[in-house]
Amino acid sequence: MRRIVLWFMTTLSAVVLLLGYRTSTSAALPASGTTANTTNGTATAGGSSAAGTVVTGTVASTRWGPVQVQVAVSGGKITSVQVVQQPEGNRRDEEINASAVPTLVQETLDAQSAKIDMVSGATVTSEGYLQSLQSALDQAHLA
Amino acid sequence: MTAAPEPAIARKVEHVMGLPISLALRGRHTDDTAANDAWHAVLAELGRIDAVFSRYRPDTVISRLGRGELTEAQYPAEVHEVLALAATAERASGGAFAVRRANAEGDEVLDTDGVVKGWAADRAAEALRALDDTDFCLSAGGDIVARATATGRAWRIGIEDPRDPQRIIATVPVLDGAVATSGAAHRGRHVVDARTGRPPTGVASVTVVHRTLTWADIDATAAYAFGPGAAEWLRHRVGRTGLVVGADGSTTLVPAS
Repeated sequence: MRRIVLWFMTTLSAVVLLLGYRTSTSAALPASGTTANTTNGTATAGGSSAAGTVVTGTVASTRWGPVQVQVAVSGGKITSVQVVQQPEGNRRDEEINASAVPTLVQETLDAQSAKIDMVSGATVTSEGYLQSLQSALDQAHLA
Repeated sequence: MTAAPEPAIARKVEHVMGLPISLALRGRHTDDTAANDAWHAVLAELGRIDAVFSRYRPDTVISRLGRGELTEAQYPAEVHEVLALAATAERASGGAFAVRRANAEGDEVLDTDGVVKGWAADRAAEALRALDDTDFCLSAGGDIVARATATGRAWRIGIEDPRDPQRIIATVPVLDGAVATSGAAHRGRHVVDARTGRPPTGVASVTVVHRTLTWADIDATAAYAFGPGAAEWLRHRVGRTGLVVGADGSTTLVPAS
């Protein structure tokens, strides 16, 4: 069991990364063989029983706020991962909302290589639309 | 760890009174009845507002108001709302932005276009906000209001290069907000500095990012009217970020104040 707890701690960083990526966390089991260094101290092992062990990780600081996960281990396998603490709101979202500053592209790009969803530009009229970048984007998806 | 697959995006395009309207949807409602009803509501609202505010049709409220045929008590509440926005913008810009100004012949004209376009798109987008678990990105002739909170993947907005509108000069992510650009790339020099009555010089385009398209659009137009002072004026506007492209191709990023 000790070995499993240690293995869990080495993968805590991977779990945190998964959380940061906003994927489903209900069964986010890192792929076996994942190696990630962590300096987040110790984990607290809860009561061990026939049903398994519950391990609560230490609080990890991420750029979006503190994250803490709890893992249930049974029969040598992680059976569930619970998020016991996650950032309030979504700081990354707020960051994007409050202060998104345009990023210059190094060389002016066409819409395709810039991977954009919509084009902001000086007002395009219906007459000029067919020649516009926006038209190219729309047609690419409508085709 | 690999990135999750890109959610499917459905797109729609229509033209309302000479303006191309593009919509991108992703999430729960992209091509069902709810999505199509919302899209038609957007177009209907834009058409309805144009019937009140168009300068190009002699029978609209704004045309009659410009000719002095209506008294204040006779025009609808939304005209008061637009004129109040215009008055606020005129004060904030020291008169560079004004909806009542002299034309080339010296007559006063009423032109609310600089206020109405973004405001109209904000209002029209309400129908899209009502779509649950759905992201939308709506463009009214290059001015954009968008929400991406359903998937949490910010829409990527490209800002066109005013010297070569087939290309992108910058990008900006929008999770819930708006992007407007003012410049002379497509319609010629239709924006004037109301203090001088002349088109601004020294600036090719101004892009403003803000929570609402109403103010992103107003501020893009007002900053553009300032000409060389565009970035300096925009820098002091709370809650706005942006990009100013000079006539010489120089770029100035404007961070949050």
